[in-house]
Amino acid sequence: MTPWLTILGVVPLVGALLISLLPTGRDLLTKQVALGTSLVVLVLTIVMCAQFDASSGDRFQFAQSYDWIRTFGVHYAVGVDGIALVLIALIAVLVPVVLLASWDDVESLSDGADAPAASRKSVKSFFALLLVLETMMIGVFAATDVFLFYVFFEAMLIPMYFLIGSYGGPKRSYAAVKFLLYSLFGGLLMLAAVIGLYVESAKVGTGTFSFEALTKLELSHATQGWLFLGFFIAFAIKAPLFPFHTWLPDAGAEAPTGNAILLVGILDKVGTFGFLRYCLPLFPWAAREFAPYVIALSVIGIIYGALLAMGQKDMKRLVSYTSVAHFGYIGLGCFAFTTQAGTGAVLYMVNHGLSTGALFMVIGFLINRGKSRLVGDYSGIAKAAPKLGALFFVSGLSALALPGLSTFVSEFLVLVGSFQRYPVATIIATVGIVLAALYILLTYQRTMQGPLSAVHATMKDLNVREVAALAPLIALMLFLGFYPKPVTDIVNPAVKVTMQDVGAHDPAPTDVATAAESK
Amino acid sequence: MADVAVLSAQKVTYVPATGALSALWLLVVLPAAGAVVLLLSGRASAKWGPYLATGLVGSAFVYALVCFFSLKGLGERSVDLHLFSWIPVAGFQVDAGLLLDPLSMTFVLLITGVGLLIHVYSLGYMEHDERKHTFFAYLNLFIAAMLILVLGNSFLALYVGWEGVGLASYLLIAFWYWKPEAATAAKKAFIANRVGDVGLSLAIMVMFTRLGTTSFQGVFGSGVHGGTATAIGLLLLLGACGKSGQFPLQTWLPDAMEGPTPVSALIHAATMVTAGVYLIARSTPVFSASPDAQTVVTIIGAVTLVIGCLIGCAYDDIKKVLAYSTVSQIGYMFLAVGIPGAGAFAILHLLTHGFFKACMFLSAGSVMHGMGDQVDMRRFGGLRKAMPWTFGCFTVGWLAILGVPPFAGFFSKDKIIESAFAMGGTRGTILGIVALLGAGITAFYMTRLMVMTFFGERRWTDGQHPHESPWTMLGPMVVLAVGAAFSGLLLGPTHGLQDWLRPVLGEEVVHREVNATLVSLVTLAVVALGAVYAWVAYGTKAVPLTPPVAVTPFTVAARKNLYFDALNESLLMRPGQYLTRFLVFVDNRGIDGAVSALAAGIGGGSGRLRRLQTGFVRSYALSMFGGALLVAGALLAVRLGQ
Repeated sequence: MTPWLTILGVVPLVGALLISLLPTGRDLLTKQVALGTSLVVLVLTIVMCAQFDASSGDRFQFAQSYDWIRTFGVHYAVGVDGIALVLIALIAVLVPVVLLASWDDVESLSDGADAPAASRKSVKSFFALLLVLETMMIGVFAATDVFLFYVFFEAMLIPMYFLIGSYGGPKRSYAAVKFLLYSLFGGLLMLAAVIGLYVESAKVGTGTFSFEALTKLELSHATQGWLFLGFFIAFAIKAPLFPFHTWLPDAGAEAPTGNAILLVGILDKVGTFGFLRYCLPLFPWAAREFAPYVIALSVIGIIYGALLAMGQKDMKRLVSYTSVAHFGYIGLGCFAFTTQAGTGAVLYMVNHGLSTGALFMVIGFLINRGKSRLVGDYSGIAKAAPKLGALFFVSGLSALALPGLSTFVSEFLVLVGSFQRYPVATIIATVGIVLAALYILLTYQRTMQGPLSAVHATMKDLNVREVAALAPLIALMLFLGFYPKPVTDIVNPAVKVTMQDVGAHDPAPTDVATAAESK
Repeated sequence: MADVAVLSAQKVTYVPATGALSALWLLVVLPAAGAVVLLLSGRASAKWGPYLATGLVGSAFVYALVCFFSLKGLGERSVDLHLFSWIPVAGFQVDAGLLLDPLSMTFVLLITGVGLLIHVYSLGYMEHDERKHTFFAYLNLFIAAMLILVLGNSFLALYVGWEGVGLASYLLIAFWYWKPEAATAAKKAFIANRVGDVGLSLAIMVMFTRLGTTSFQGVFGSGVHGGTATAIGLLLLLGACGKSGQFPLQTWLPDAMEGPTPVSALIHAATMVTAGVYLIARSTPVFSASPDAQTVVTIIGAVTLVIGCLIGCAYDDIKKVLAYSTVSQIGYMFLAVGIPGAGAFAILHLLTHGFFKACMFLSAGSVMHGMGDQVDMRRFGGLRKAMPWTFGCFTVGWLAILGVPPFAGFFSKDKIIESAFAMGGTRGTILGIVALLGAGITAFYMTRLMVMTFFGERRWTDGQHPHESPWTMLGPMVVLAVGAAFSGLLLGPTHGLQDWLRPVLGEEVVHREVNATLVSLVTLAVVALGAVYAWVAYGTKAVPLTPPVAVTPFTVAARKNLYFDALNESLLMRPGQYLTRFLVFVDNRGIDGAVSALAAGIGGGSGRLRRLQTGFVRSYALSMFGGALLVAGALLAVRLGQ
């Protein structure tokens, strides 16, 4: 059997190694190697997805397991279910797109007066770090050993910390430290919970970190509660769920555009992925017990994130806050415990990656041209740069979940699935669709419509590279908007298993049920 | 009444599409392809794009005619075409599929027919606009979305078209996006629609939770009743109000006149804004199961029809008067569609209105075309000689909306007034009198418009030489005028439309015999009164160039849209802005500060973070208190809902 996941993890590392061996100054070659590597990963991922058997009874496919630290029962164990598979596919799609979008971003930094003297080196390390990050991201979704997951979860921070801290905006070091501290704090809680799990497993047999073995543990309610919280807070910070979100606007705004895309598009998904993979199956009682609280936080996040997005002057902070709102929907979907809401949440993770990726990217292109992140510094840009305006608009439509685009399918599934259990919370969440329209259209109006300011009259429209970076995202959003079946078919079985783990059954239609009873 | 509900609920059989009807998807794909080609080829299609777009809508119209005759030949006239599985998730199975039945067929003909005419008109009207290829792309996009709306065979498929037309409407209102008013109007339209969409979304959620399905066949065949029917009905009504500019979501429609005039005629008069009526007519089995929901529909209709025509009296902008007239006329349709058994009259009025209002809008466009984009009626006057064809077409439209026999409005509007009276009781009397008064006020403001534009002295600004429009514009106007003249006669008294729609809308219900001749005579008298009063007020005296200042408080209020905008502003916009500003402050200082402090404490303290926490003790306390309140409130909401 081909060890697909290991290969996927190793390829970017090889690429990074190749880049580090290149002589400095060969910037173009560096970028080509990076892009080539990411495209190889993409092709391999497509081949792997084609071999995935959605109807298989196994929880994990492409599974491998080797002893790593035998004394503690730690394994190098990888494997994917449908949920992890689509998220790995999202990584494979986003990384080449991000590389293409960041093609000239590092140079443009060295043009600045405050650029360090050794800025030439930065091109190499920038692209090498991105590839290392890709390995870590694949690892975190592929791990089926809780300890291995924890290792990737923490290791992922390192390349991201350097990417934000070295290549970001003016307040980059503040943002990077804040990002690191928040994540480390969450990681610490999770480590405690991981060790707790090990101790519990050692009580009934040999201690293990294997996910599948741990799901069979019978934990007392109190233990479940504490361990659940350990995992949950770590994931809630990562996601980020209200009120653990305040690191995101800083990190999202200060990170270079490409990193912001990966940060919000993928790294944050580890949090919501963790809800479904770890919080629900390992601690079903605690998950049921805490669900109303999580739903409450999620719904607050939806409204709060949207209102704050409206109040932002900085476009990148604005997009970060829209993500807080979107993560609210994902949280709602994860903890509503219906197949529709769960599937919707997973689809939402994928679609949000595409949609926010596109939005961050197009805003990045605008900022590169106008040299300002502030909404108020732009006006009527669509007249000078119609392609930029059009793609800004389409990305915005996906953020407000217009039917016909993939984000609608996921948002509606979350809502329709949650409504069955939490009607009032879902009604509040549904109001979020009005706020989403407001923050998107307000921003579009302020930047792209209205009279064109003289300063920007000569602004260049998007070039071929930039359009090529955006096009795949928009094509995917349209395709999955009208035909999401390929993804739902993969995701559905895994969500059903998760629902069984947590002991939830989809409610039957109430009127039909009563009608049947009366007969 | 309960009998009606059971009858309509059980008669839901859709047969698979065969023969000429199996290519039903072509109706949507033809205009959609036009939009895609024109948008992707951009400026390159400036020359041929408009003709391609027009040709594609023309082909869709021809194919729609083929469909009409095929459908007519069938015994079971409800044809279902399954396309593919769209969202399959456990119990939630939504297919992409089309439903062609007498109701959707009627709309398809209206949309492609009027759509084609307006495409042709736009060839002339937009000839000198350098972005005309984009304009035609958006028009095609609109036609495609509107066809999805009326052809979709489930509420979710309808929703796709529903928001699709909202998108097209946004793009077309903001077509001249560099004008701030146009951009603001477009945004307002989209947001008001979204408010309605919350209702539509929630209705679909209730359907799934209660009935386990969202397809028309499933929902209508489920025997939906009681609280479920009322809940679904009222939520659908909210959606319908957003799309159709009905109270309390009516203020976006007049602002939408910032778009090019062909758009106003097609989207904001003849087709899109009538989608709410379609939605309610389509959901007849739901509404007939809930008399409460029906009553609310009639009240909304009656209130809106009064609001629309009152404000219509106060404006001097020719397009805004027509827009408020549309609001008011759709009010009539809502009134009718809410009266059990009068659904067919709502659709009849929708069709005749489609003809006469589109005709009047295009005539107004022709006037603007000849007058250098002037819209102020105080700057018109005496145009009947300069633009005889335009004058002629507008006159037919005017006679039709007034309801002068044998013009179209006579057959549709009188039927609605008659049905309202026929409901009997206090409710029937009140609704009937409101509808009757509305007819009189309509006669007043339309005659005022007519007189100020085409009669009296010339009040043109210097250097204006009004001229008749080219034939590409006059042709569609004449066709629509013919429709405005004869469509009522053709469809009304013959019972042609009623018979055709019976399988969808159910049997007519005779509540109480009403003397139809008497109703007609009284209506005509009231209409004549309104028209004559307008003639006396505006036709016999000179019209001042600036609106008079010394007017009744009522006129002042009407000029300000009866303060609905001000109400929205002070109830929603301003508090929203304050809340947003407050939250931004709290988030930056409070929550962030508090968590930073916590992080700094636990993480051993970075100097940077420690600096942050000084001086924010008060905001921590504030935010923690606020946060606790928020969490408590949300928890309460969650618990309540369980």
